[in-house]
Amino acid sequence: MTTHPSLTVIDRYAGGDATLDEATVWSLEVHLEDCADCRARLAGSSTDASRTLISAVAVELDREIAAGPAPTRPFRLSAAWRRAFIGTLAPWMLMSLGAVGCAALLTHVQSSWPSVVLLVAPLAPLPGVAAAWNRRSDPAWELVAATPASGLTMLLRRSAAVLVVIIPALVLAGAGTGTSLALMLLPCLAFTAATLVLGSAVGMQRAAVGLMAAWTAAVIAPSLALAETPVLLRPDSAGVWALVTVTLAALVAARSDAFRRLPSL
Amino acid sequence: MRAVSTSETTATTNPWAVHAEDLRVRAGRHLAVDGLDLTLGTGVHGLLGPNGAGKTTLMRSLATVIKPSGGRLTLLGQDAGGHGDLREVRRNLGYLPQQFGFYPRFTVREFVEYMAWLKEMPKAGLAAAVQRAIDRVGLTAKADARLKTLSGGMLRRAGIAQAVVNDPRLLLLDEPTVGLDPEQRLEFRELLRDLGTDSCVLVSTHLVEDVVAACTEVVLVNEGRLLHRGTPDSLIAEGDDRDPGDSPAERGYSAILRKHRTAVAR
Repeated sequence: MTTHPSLTVIDRYAGGDATLDEATVWSLEVHLEDCADCRARLAGSSTDASRTLISAVAVELDREIAAGPAPTRPFRLSAAWRRAFIGTLAPWMLMSLGAVGCAALLTHVQSSWPSVVLLVAPLAPLPGVAAAWNRRSDPAWELVAATPASGLTMLLRRSAAVLVVIIPALVLAGAGTGTSLALMLLPCLAFTAATLVLGSAVGMQRAAVGLMAAWTAAVIAPSLALAETPVLLRPDSAGVWALVTVTLAALVAARSDAFRRLPSL
Repeated sequence: MRAVSTSETTATTNPWAVHAEDLRVRAGRHLAVDGLDLTLGTGVHGLLGPNGAGKTTLMRSLATVIKPSGGRLTLLGQDAGGHGDLREVRRNLGYLPQQFGFYPRFTVREFVEYMAWLKEMPKAGLAAAVQRAIDRVGLTAKADARLKTLSGGMLRRAGIAQAVVNDPRLLLLDEPTVGLDPEQRLEFRELLRDLGTDSCVLVSTHLVEDVVAACTEVVLVNEGRLLHRGTPDSLIAEGDDRDPGDSPAERGYSAILRKHRTAVAR
Protein backbone atom coordinates (compact mmCIF):
# COMPACT_ATOMS: atom_id res chain seq x y z
CA MET A 1 0.00 0.00 0.00
CA THR A 2 1.45 3.32 -0.97
CA THR A 3 -1.25 5.92 -0.37
CA HIS A 4 -3.03 6.20 2.93
CA PRO A 5 -6.75 6.97 2.77
CA SER A 6 -7.74 10.53 3.67
CA LEU A 7 -9.07 11.30 7.10
CA THR A 8 -12.41 12.25 5.57
CA VAL A 9 -12.81 8.76 4.11
CA ILE A 10 -11.85 7.18 7.46
CA ASP A 11 -14.34 9.43 9.24
CA ARG A 12 -17.11 8.49 6.85
CA TYR A 13 -16.21 4.78 7.20
CA ALA A 14 -16.19 5.03 11.02
CA GLY A 15 -19.52 6.82 10.98
CA GLY A 16 -21.07 4.09 8.85
CA ASP A 17 -21.71 6.41 5.86
CA ALA A 18 -24.00 4.51 3.47
CA THR A 19 -22.98 6.72 0.52
CA LEU A 20 -19.41 5.39 0.60
CA ASP A 21 -19.12 3.09 -2.44
CA GLU A 22 -18.20 -0.59 -2.06
CA ALA A 23 -14.87 -0.41 -3.88
CA THR A 24 -13.63 2.33 -1.54
CA VAL A 25 -14.73 0.34 1.51
CA TRP A 26 -12.91 -2.76 0.26
CA SER A 27 -9.66 -0.99 -0.49
CA LEU A 28 -9.88 0.85 2.84
CA GLU A 29 -10.38 -2.41 4.75
CA VAL A 30 -7.52 -4.11 2.95
CA HIS A 31 -5.32 -1.14 3.80
CA LEU A 32 -6.41 -1.13 7.45
CA GLU A 33 -5.35 -4.76 7.85
CA ASP A 34 -1.73 -3.85 7.15
CA CYS A 35 -1.45 -0.25 8.40
CA ALA A 36 -1.31 0.38 12.14
CA ASP A 37 -1.27 4.17 11.73
CA CYS A 38 -4.57 4.20 9.87
CA ARG A 39 -6.08 1.83 12.41
CA ALA A 40 -5.14 4.36 15.09
CA ARG A 41 -6.77 7.13 13.02
CA LEU A 42 -9.87 4.98 12.67
CA ALA A 43 -9.97 4.48 16.45
CA GLY A 44 -9.83 8.27 16.86
CA SER A 45 -12.75 8.82 14.48
CA SER A 46 -15.02 6.10 15.85
CA THR A 47 -18.42 7.24 17.10
CA ASP A 48 -19.75 6.87 20.64
CA ALA A 49 -22.24 4.26 19.49
CA SER A 50 -19.56 1.96 18.06
CA ARG A 51 -17.32 2.48 21.11
CA THR A 52 -20.16 1.40 23.39
CA LEU A 53 -20.78 -1.65 21.21
CA ILE A 54 -17.07 -2.62 21.21
CA SER A 55 -16.75 -2.32 24.98
CA ALA A 56 -19.95 -4.32 25.48
CA VAL A 57 -18.50 -7.10 23.23
CA ALA A 58 -15.19 -6.97 25.13
CA VAL A 59 -16.93 -7.33 28.51
CA GLU A 60 -19.04 -10.22 27.22
CA LEU A 61 -16.00 -11.98 25.70
CA ASP A 62 -13.98 -11.61 28.91
CA ARG A 63 -16.86 -13.07 30.88
CA GLU A 64 -17.17 -16.07 28.54
CA ILE A 65 -13.43 -16.72 28.43
CA ALA A 66 -13.31 -16.67 32.25
CA ALA A 67 -16.28 -19.04 32.44
CA GLY A 68 -15.10 -21.50 29.78
CA PRO A 69 -12.50 -24.26 30.18
CA ALA A 70 -8.84 -23.32 29.97
CA PRO A 71 -7.27 -23.98 26.55
CA THR A 72 -5.38 -27.28 26.41
CA ARG A 73 -2.55 -28.03 24.09
CA PRO A 74 -3.19 -31.29 22.28
CA PHE A 75 -0.53 -33.94 22.78
CA ARG A 76 2.01 -33.69 19.99
CA LEU A 77 4.95 -35.80 19.03
CA SER A 78 8.12 -33.86 19.51
CA ALA A 79 9.70 -32.47 16.36
CA ALA A 80 12.93 -34.39 16.89
CA TRP A 81 11.07 -37.67 17.21
CA ARG A 82 9.16 -37.09 14.01
CA ARG A 83 12.21 -35.98 12.09
CA ALA A 84 14.43 -38.88 12.97
CA PHE A 85 11.39 -41.02 12.42
CA ILE A 86 12.00 -43.69 14.96
CA GLY A 87 8.37 -44.79 14.81
CA THR A 88 8.65 -47.03 11.74
CA LEU A 89 12.07 -48.22 12.86
CA ALA A 90 10.85 -49.41 16.26
CA PRO A 91 9.99 -53.03 15.32
CA TRP A 92 13.34 -53.52 13.62
CA MET A 93 15.24 -52.10 16.52
CA LEU A 94 13.31 -54.25 18.97
CA MET A 95 14.34 -57.26 16.91
CA SER A 96 17.99 -56.20 17.09
CA LEU A 97 17.72 -55.55 20.83
CA GLY A 98 16.21 -59.01 21.28
CA ALA A 99 19.08 -60.58 19.33
CA VAL A 100 21.66 -58.69 21.39
CA GLY A 101 19.89 -59.85 24.57
CA CYS A 102 19.96 -63.49 23.41
CA ALA A 103 23.64 -63.12 22.53
CA ALA A 104 24.37 -61.78 26.02
CA LEU A 105 22.51 -64.73 27.52
CA LEU A 106 24.38 -67.23 25.35
CA THR A 107 27.69 -65.66 26.31
CA HIS A 108 26.89 -66.23 29.97
CA VAL A 109 25.51 -69.77 29.55
CA GLN A 110 27.98 -71.19 27.02
CA SER A 111 31.29 -70.30 28.57
CA SER A 112 33.13 -72.56 26.08
CA TRP A 113 32.09 -70.32 23.16
CA PRO A 114 33.75 -67.01 22.35
CA SER A 115 31.69 -63.93 23.29
CA VAL A 116 28.55 -64.14 21.15
CA VAL A 117 27.84 -60.45 21.80
CA LEU A 118 31.15 -59.63 20.16
CA LEU A 119 30.27 -61.83 17.18
CA VAL A 120 26.83 -60.31 16.53
CA ALA A 121 27.76 -56.73 17.39
CA PRO A 122 28.62 -55.75 13.78
CA LEU A 123 25.20 -56.94 12.60
CA ALA A 124 23.07 -55.40 15.34
CA PRO A 125 22.29 -52.05 13.67
CA LEU A 126 21.76 -53.49 10.18
CA PRO A 127 18.02 -54.37 10.35
CA GLY A 128 17.25 -50.84 11.54
CA VAL A 129 19.54 -49.23 8.97
CA ALA A 130 17.96 -51.31 6.19
CA ALA A 131 14.51 -50.23 7.34
CA ALA A 132 15.56 -46.58 7.51
CA TRP A 133 15.09 -46.18 3.78
CA ASN A 134 12.83 -48.83 2.48
CA ARG A 135 9.67 -48.88 0.49
CA ARG A 136 7.97 -51.45 2.67
CA SER A 137 8.88 -50.17 6.11
CA ASP A 138 8.27 -46.48 5.48
CA PRO A 139 4.64 -46.02 4.42
CA ALA A 140 5.20 -42.50 3.12
CA TRP A 141 8.27 -43.57 1.18
CA GLU A 142 7.09 -42.18 -2.12
CA LEU A 143 6.08 -38.86 -0.60
CA VAL A 144 9.40 -38.49 1.18
CA ALA A 145 11.42 -39.52 -1.87
CA ALA A 146 10.11 -36.53 -3.84
CA THR A 147 11.22 -33.96 -1.26
CA PRO A 148 14.55 -32.10 -1.20
CA ALA A 149 15.30 -33.46 2.29
CA SER A 150 15.56 -37.03 1.05
CA GLY A 151 19.01 -38.34 0.28
CA LEU A 152 22.14 -38.92 2.30
CA THR A 153 21.27 -36.48 5.10
CA MET A 154 17.98 -38.17 5.84
CA LEU A 155 19.56 -41.61 5.66
CA LEU A 156 22.32 -40.56 8.07
CA ARG A 157 19.80 -39.00 10.43
CA ARG A 158 17.75 -42.18 10.55
CA SER A 159 20.83 -44.41 10.83
CA ALA A 160 22.01 -42.25 13.72
CA ALA A 161 18.65 -42.79 15.42
CA VAL A 162 19.23 -46.55 15.12
CA LEU A 163 22.78 -46.35 16.47
CA VAL A 164 21.70 -44.21 19.43
CA VAL A 165 19.53 -47.11 20.58
CA ILE A 166 21.74 -50.04 19.56
CA ILE A 167 25.12 -48.84 20.87
CA PRO A 168 24.06 -48.43 24.55
CA ALA A 169 22.42 -51.86 24.33
CA LEU A 170 25.66 -53.38 23.04
CA VAL A 171 27.72 -51.67 25.72
CA LEU A 172 25.30 -52.98 28.34
CA ALA A 173 25.36 -56.52 26.92
CA GLY A 174 29.14 -56.50 26.62
CA ALA A 175 29.69 -55.23 30.17
CA GLY A 176 31.03 -57.92 32.44
CA THR A 177 31.97 -60.28 29.60
CA GLY A 178 35.41 -58.78 29.33
CA THR A 179 35.06 -57.86 25.64
CA SER A 180 36.85 -54.80 24.34
CA LEU A 181 34.54 -51.86 23.70
CA ALA A 182 36.48 -50.74 20.62
CA LEU A 183 36.24 -54.21 19.07
CA MET A 184 32.50 -54.16 19.54
CA LEU A 185 31.70 -50.63 18.40
CA LEU A 186 34.15 -50.16 15.52
CA PRO A 187 32.87 -53.18 13.54
CA CYS A 188 29.35 -52.00 14.32
CA LEU A 189 30.08 -48.59 12.73
CA ALA A 190 32.04 -50.18 9.88
CA PHE A 191 29.12 -52.44 8.97
CA THR A 192 26.68 -49.53 9.13
CA ALA A 193 28.88 -47.54 6.75
CA ALA A 194 29.34 -50.59 4.52
CA THR A 195 25.55 -51.01 4.32
CA LEU A 196 25.20 -47.39 3.24
CA VAL A 197 27.91 -47.72 0.57
CA LEU A 198 26.56 -50.98 -0.81
CA GLY A 199 22.99 -49.76 -0.40
CA SER A 200 23.64 -46.78 -2.65
CA ALA A 201 24.26 -49.27 -5.45
CA VAL A 202 21.95 -52.22 -4.82
CA GLY A 203 19.38 -50.94 -2.29
CA MET A 204 19.61 -50.80 1.47
CA GLN A 205 17.72 -53.99 2.13
CA ARG A 206 19.79 -56.15 -0.19
CA ALA A 207 22.98 -54.62 1.14
CA ALA A 208 22.03 -55.35 4.76
CA VAL A 209 20.91 -58.92 4.02
CA GLY A 210 24.05 -59.63 2.00
CA LEU A 211 26.39 -58.31 4.67
CA MET A 212 24.57 -60.20 7.41
CA ALA A 213 24.71 -63.45 5.46
CA ALA A 214 28.40 -62.98 4.60
CA TRP A 215 29.42 -62.20 8.19
CA THR A 216 27.37 -65.12 9.57
CA ALA A 217 28.84 -67.59 7.10
CA ALA A 218 32.43 -66.34 7.18
CA VAL A 219 32.91 -65.42 10.83
CA ILE A 220 30.11 -66.38 13.23
CA ALA A 221 29.57 -69.99 12.10
CA PRO A 222 33.27 -71.06 11.96
CA SER A 223 34.14 -69.40 15.26
CA LEU A 224 31.22 -71.07 17.03
CA ALA A 225 32.14 -74.41 15.44
CA LEU A 226 35.80 -74.09 16.46
CA ALA A 227 34.86 -72.40 19.75
CA GLU A 228 37.50 -69.71 19.42
CA THR A 229 37.50 -65.94 18.90
CA PRO A 230 38.14 -65.21 15.20
CA VAL A 231 41.30 -63.38 14.16
CA LEU A 232 39.21 -60.42 13.01
CA LEU A 233 37.91 -59.79 16.49
CA ARG A 234 41.14 -60.25 18.46
CA PRO A 235 42.40 -57.16 20.32
CA ASP A 236 45.22 -56.42 17.86
CA SER A 237 42.83 -55.94 14.91
CA ALA A 238 41.14 -52.86 16.43
CA GLY A 239 43.42 -50.59 14.38
CA VAL A 240 42.35 -52.30 11.17
CA TRP A 241 38.68 -51.82 12.05
CA ALA A 242 39.28 -48.13 12.75
CA LEU A 243 40.92 -47.75 9.34
CA VAL A 244 38.11 -49.64 7.60
CA THR A 245 35.47 -47.51 9.34
CA VAL A 246 37.11 -44.26 8.30
CA THR A 247 37.57 -45.47 4.71
CA LEU A 248 33.95 -46.59 4.42
CA ALA A 249 32.70 -43.32 5.92
CA ALA A 250 34.71 -41.43 3.30
CA LEU A 251 33.22 -43.64 0.61
CA VAL A 252 29.71 -42.84 1.86
CA ALA A 253 30.47 -39.14 1.60
CA ALA A 254 31.93 -39.61 -1.89
CA ARG A 255 28.82 -41.44 -3.06
CA SER A 256 26.38 -38.86 -1.66
CA ASP A 257 25.14 -38.13 -5.20
CA ALA A 258 23.90 -41.68 -5.56
CA PHE A 259 21.53 -41.32 -2.60
CA ARG A 260 19.26 -38.82 -4.31
CA ARG A 261 17.27 -41.58 -5.94
CA LEU A 262 17.92 -44.83 -4.16
CA PRO A 263 17.00 -48.03 -5.94
CA SER A 264 15.04 -48.98 -2.86
CA LEU A 265 12.71 -51.51 -4.44
CA MET B 1 27.83 1.25 -11.71
CA ARG B 2 28.53 -2.36 -10.78
CA ALA B 3 29.12 -5.59 -12.57
CA VAL B 4 26.07 -7.75 -13.07
CA SER B 5 26.72 -11.45 -12.66
CA THR B 6 25.25 -13.96 -15.05
CA SER B 7 23.20 -15.59 -12.32
CA GLU B 8 21.33 -12.33 -11.83
CA THR B 9 20.38 -12.02 -15.45
CA THR B 10 19.38 -15.60 -16.21
CA ALA B 11 15.67 -16.04 -16.63
CA THR B 12 13.88 -17.07 -13.47
CA THR B 13 10.94 -18.46 -15.39
CA ASN B 14 11.14 -21.17 -18.00
CA PRO B 15 8.83 -21.58 -20.93
CA TRP B 16 8.13 -25.17 -19.89
CA ALA B 17 7.73 -26.52 -16.40
CA VAL B 18 8.05 -30.00 -17.85
CA HIS B 19 10.07 -30.74 -20.94
CA ALA B 20 10.50 -34.39 -21.85
CA GLU B 21 12.16 -35.54 -25.05
CA ASP B 22 12.05 -39.19 -26.04
CA LEU B 23 11.58 -40.03 -22.36
CA ARG B 24 11.83 -43.69 -21.40
CA VAL B 25 11.12 -44.92 -17.88
CA ARG B 26 11.12 -48.47 -16.60
CA ALA B 27 8.69 -49.89 -14.08
CA GLY B 28 10.57 -52.98 -12.99
CA ARG B 29 11.63 -54.65 -16.25
CA HIS B 30 8.75 -53.27 -18.26
CA LEU B 31 9.33 -50.08 -20.24
CA ALA B 32 6.24 -48.24 -19.02
CA VAL B 33 7.05 -44.89 -20.63
CA ASP B 34 8.44 -45.49 -24.09
CA GLY B 35 9.72 -42.51 -26.03
CA LEU B 36 7.38 -39.82 -24.77
CA ASP B 37 7.74 -36.24 -25.97
CA LEU B 38 5.89 -33.80 -23.77
CA THR B 39 6.03 -30.12 -22.92
CA LEU B 40 3.84 -28.63 -20.23
CA GLY B 41 3.55 -24.99 -19.25
CA THR B 42 1.40 -23.09 -16.79
CA GLY B 43 -2.14 -24.37 -16.49
CA VAL B 44 -4.03 -27.48 -15.50
CA HIS B 45 -3.21 -30.50 -17.64
CA GLY B 46 -5.29 -33.65 -17.43
CA LEU B 47 -3.43 -36.91 -18.00
CA LEU B 48 -5.78 -39.55 -19.37
CA GLY B 49 -5.18 -43.09 -20.46
CA PRO B 50 -6.31 -46.68 -19.92
CA ASN B 51 -4.96 -48.82 -17.09
CA GLY B 52 -1.32 -49.69 -17.63
CA ALA B 53 -0.78 -46.78 -20.01
CA GLY B 54 2.22 -45.63 -17.96
CA LYS B 55 0.52 -42.71 -16.23
CA THR B 56 1.75 -43.54 -12.75
CA THR B 57 5.28 -44.33 -13.94
CA LEU B 58 5.34 -41.04 -15.82
CA MET B 59 4.14 -39.20 -12.71
CA ARG B 60 6.83 -40.88 -10.61
CA SER B 61 9.59 -39.91 -12.99
CA LEU B 62 8.31 -36.32 -13.13
CA ALA B 63 8.26 -36.33 -9.32
CA THR B 64 11.98 -37.31 -9.45
CA VAL B 65 11.22 -40.51 -7.53
CA ILE B 66 12.44 -42.84 -10.25
CA LYS B 67 15.19 -42.12 -12.68
CA PRO B 68 14.43 -42.20 -16.39
CA SER B 69 16.29 -44.92 -18.25
CA GLY B 70 16.63 -42.83 -21.37
CA GLY B 71 15.80 -39.58 -23.12
CA ARG B 72 15.94 -36.07 -21.71
CA LEU B 73 13.88 -34.68 -18.88
CA THR B 74 13.99 -31.03 -17.83
CA LEU B 75 11.88 -29.88 -14.88
CA LEU B 76 11.53 -26.17 -14.12
CA GLY B 77 14.51 -25.49 -16.33
CA GLN B 78 16.82 -27.98 -14.60
CA ASP B 79 18.01 -31.33 -15.82
CA ALA B 80 16.25 -34.06 -13.87
CA GLY B 81 17.29 -37.05 -15.91
CA GLY B 82 20.83 -37.62 -14.72
CA HIS B 83 22.83 -37.31 -11.56
CA GLY B 84 22.32 -33.56 -11.10
CA ASP B 85 21.26 -31.92 -7.89
CA LEU B 86 17.49 -32.23 -7.57
CA ARG B 87 17.03 -30.16 -4.42
CA GLU B 88 16.01 -26.95 -6.17
CA VAL B 89 13.47 -28.77 -8.35
CA ARG B 90 12.12 -30.74 -5.38
CA ARG B 91 11.61 -27.58 -3.32
CA ASN B 92 9.21 -26.35 -6.00
CA LEU B 93 7.46 -29.67 -6.42
CA GLY B 94 4.17 -30.91 -5.05
CA TYR B 95 3.37 -34.59 -5.45
CA LEU B 96 0.44 -36.77 -4.48
CA PRO B 97 1.24 -40.42 -5.27
CA GLN B 98 -1.45 -42.86 -6.31
CA GLN B 99 -0.90 -45.06 -3.29
CA PHE B 100 -0.33 -42.48 -0.73
CA GLY B 101 1.21 -43.96 2.39
CA PHE B 102 0.92 -42.10 5.65
CA TYR B 103 1.88 -42.33 9.28
CA PRO B 104 -1.38 -43.29 11.04
CA ARG B 105 -0.51 -41.66 14.35
CA PHE B 106 0.15 -38.22 12.90
CA THR B 107 -2.58 -35.60 12.98
CA VAL B 108 -3.41 -33.85 9.71
CA ARG B 109 -1.52 -30.78 10.87
CA GLU B 110 1.55 -32.76 11.98
CA PHE B 111 1.57 -34.62 8.68
CA VAL B 112 1.37 -31.48 6.55
CA GLU B 113 3.92 -29.78 8.83
CA TYR B 114 6.31 -32.72 8.52
CA MET B 115 6.01 -32.66 4.72
CA ALA B 116 6.54 -28.87 4.71
CA TRP B 117 9.68 -29.40 6.77
CA LEU B 118 10.89 -32.08 4.37
CA LYS B 119 10.31 -29.63 1.53
CA GLU B 120 12.74 -27.29 3.31
CA MET B 121 10.29 -24.45 3.68
CA PRO B 122 11.58 -21.53 5.79
CA LYS B 123 10.49 -21.76 9.42
CA ALA B 124 8.95 -18.31 9.37
CA GLY B 125 5.42 -18.57 8.09
CA LEU B 126 5.45 -22.37 8.05
CA ALA B 127 2.57 -22.72 10.50
CA ALA B 128 0.50 -20.24 8.47
CA ALA B 129 1.27 -22.08 5.21
CA VAL B 130 0.21 -25.37 6.81
CA GLN B 131 -3.05 -23.87 8.03
CA ARG B 132 -3.70 -22.35 4.61
CA ALA B 133 -3.12 -25.68 2.86
CA ILE B 134 -5.49 -27.44 5.27
CA ASP B 135 -8.11 -24.73 4.77
CA ARG B 136 -7.79 -24.93 1.00
CA VAL B 137 -8.77 -28.59 0.94
CA GLY B 138 -11.57 -28.08 3.45
CA LEU B 139 -10.10 -30.06 6.34
CA THR B 140 -10.09 -27.18 8.83
CA ALA B 141 -12.43 -28.98 11.23
CA LYS B 142 -10.29 -32.13 11.12
CA ALA B 143 -6.88 -30.45 11.39
CA ASP B 144 -6.08 -32.04 14.74
CA ALA B 145 -7.60 -35.46 14.05
CA ARG B 146 -5.24 -38.39 13.66
CA LEU B 147 -4.85 -39.67 10.11
CA LYS B 148 -6.03 -43.18 11.04
CA THR B 149 -9.42 -41.77 12.06
CA LEU B 150 -10.06 -40.14 8.67
CA SER B 151 -12.19 -41.52 5.84
CA GLY B 152 -10.72 -42.28 2.41
CA GLY B 153 -11.84 -38.98 0.91
CA MET B 154 -10.46 -37.00 3.83
CA LEU B 155 -7.11 -38.80 3.55
CA ARG B 156 -7.00 -37.93 -0.10
CA ARG B 157 -7.61 -34.29 0.80
CA ALA B 158 -4.87 -34.41 3.45
CA GLY B 159 -2.64 -35.73 0.66
CA ILE B 160 -3.60 -32.81 -1.57
CA ALA B 161 -2.89 -30.42 1.34
CA GLN B 162 0.67 -31.71 1.73
CA ALA B 163 1.18 -31.41 -2.03
CA VAL B 164 0.14 -27.75 -2.20
CA VAL B 165 1.65 -26.60 1.11
CA ASN B 166 4.80 -25.15 -0.49
CA ASP B 167 2.91 -23.37 -3.32
CA PRO B 168 4.67 -25.61 -5.85
CA ARG B 169 5.49 -24.41 -9.33
CA LEU B 170 5.01 -27.97 -10.54
CA LEU B 171 2.17 -29.93 -8.98
CA LEU B 172 1.66 -33.61 -9.79
CA LEU B 173 -1.54 -35.25 -8.61
CA ASP B 174 -2.03 -38.96 -9.30
CA GLU B 175 -5.70 -39.91 -9.05
CA PRO B 176 -6.59 -37.08 -6.66
CA THR B 177 -10.36 -37.46 -6.97
CA VAL B 178 -10.58 -41.10 -5.86
CA GLY B 179 -12.82 -41.29 -2.79
CA LEU B 180 -14.09 -37.72 -3.01
CA ASP B 181 -17.86 -37.23 -2.95
CA PRO B 182 -19.51 -35.21 -5.78
CA GLU B 183 -19.55 -31.98 -3.78
CA GLN B 184 -15.90 -32.32 -2.81
CA ARG B 185 -15.03 -33.01 -6.42
CA LEU B 186 -16.62 -29.73 -7.43
CA GLU B 187 -14.61 -27.93 -4.74
CA PHE B 188 -11.49 -29.74 -5.87
CA ARG B 189 -12.02 -28.58 -9.46
CA GLU B 190 -12.28 -25.04 -8.14
CA LEU B 191 -8.98 -25.51 -6.29
CA LEU B 192 -7.37 -26.90 -9.45
CA ARG B 193 -8.39 -23.86 -11.51
CA ASP B 194 -7.04 -21.63 -8.77
CA LEU B 195 -3.71 -23.51 -8.62
CA GLY B 196 -3.41 -23.61 -12.41
CA THR B 197 -3.37 -19.84 -12.81
CA ASP B 198 0.32 -19.54 -11.97
CA SER B 199 1.76 -23.03 -11.73
CA CYS B 200 1.90 -26.14 -13.85
CA VAL B 201 -0.53 -28.76 -12.60
CA LEU B 202 -0.63 -32.29 -14.02
CA VAL B 203 -3.59 -34.38 -12.90
CA SER B 204 -3.72 -38.05 -13.73
CA THR B 205 -7.24 -39.46 -13.65
CA HIS B 206 -9.66 -41.98 -15.06
CA LEU B 207 -12.57 -39.58 -14.86
CA VAL B 208 -12.91 -37.91 -18.24
CA GLU B 209 -15.51 -35.44 -16.93
CA ASP B 210 -13.05 -34.11 -14.31
CA VAL B 211 -10.60 -33.33 -17.07
CA VAL B 212 -13.16 -31.57 -19.21
CA ALA B 213 -14.46 -29.53 -16.28
CA ALA B 214 -11.22 -28.41 -14.68
CA CYS B 215 -8.37 -28.75 -17.14
CA THR B 216 -7.09 -26.32 -19.72
CA GLU B 217 -5.46 -29.13 -21.66
CA VAL B 218 -5.83 -32.87 -22.16
CA VAL B 219 -2.88 -35.23 -22.53
CA LEU B 220 -3.83 -38.73 -23.58
CA VAL B 221 -1.25 -41.49 -23.30
CA ASN B 222 -1.36 -45.16 -24.19
CA GLU B 223 1.35 -47.79 -23.86
CA GLY B 224 3.83 -45.18 -22.75
CA ARG B 225 3.37 -42.94 -25.79
CA LEU B 226 1.59 -39.67 -26.34
CA LEU B 227 -1.60 -40.25 -28.30
CA HIS B 228 -3.33 -36.91 -28.26
CA ARG B 229 -2.99 -33.50 -26.73
CA GLY B 230 -5.14 -30.43 -27.00
CA THR B 231 -7.94 -28.54 -25.31
CA PRO B 232 -10.87 -30.47 -23.82
CA ASP B 233 -12.86 -29.25 -26.85
CA SER B 234 -10.44 -30.97 -29.20
CA LEU B 235 -11.07 -34.21 -27.33
CA ILE B 236 -14.82 -33.75 -27.68
CA ALA B 237 -14.40 -33.01 -31.40
CA GLU B 238 -12.77 -36.41 -31.99
CA GLY B 239 -15.87 -38.37 -31.04
CA ASP B 240 -19.25 -38.76 -32.67
CA ASP B 241 -22.53 -40.41 -31.68
CA ARG B 242 -21.43 -43.89 -32.78
CA ASP B 243 -18.58 -44.04 -30.27
CA PRO B 244 -19.17 -45.62 -26.86
CA GLY B 245 -19.47 -43.25 -23.92
CA ASP B 246 -22.03 -41.30 -21.93
CA SER B 247 -20.72 -37.80 -22.56
CA PRO B 248 -19.18 -36.10 -25.61
CA ALA B 249 -15.75 -36.15 -23.94
CA GLU B 250 -15.99 -39.87 -23.16
CA ARG B 251 -16.95 -40.55 -26.77
CA GLY B 252 -13.94 -38.52 -27.92
CA TYR B 253 -11.69 -40.47 -25.55
CA SER B 254 -12.86 -43.86 -26.78
CA ALA B 255 -12.73 -42.73 -30.42
CA ILE B 256 -9.04 -41.78 -30.12
CA LEU B 257 -8.18 -45.05 -28.40
CA ARG B 258 -10.09 -47.11 -30.94
CA LYS B 259 -8.48 -45.26 -33.86
CA HIS B 260 -5.08 -45.95 -32.36
CA ARG B 261 -5.83 -49.62 -31.79
CA THR B 262 -7.05 -50.23 -35.32
CA ALA B 263 -3.97 -48.42 -36.66
CA VAL B 264 -1.73 -50.70 -34.56
CA ALA B 265 -3.63 -53.84 -35.58
CA ARG B 266 -3.11 -53.09 -39.24
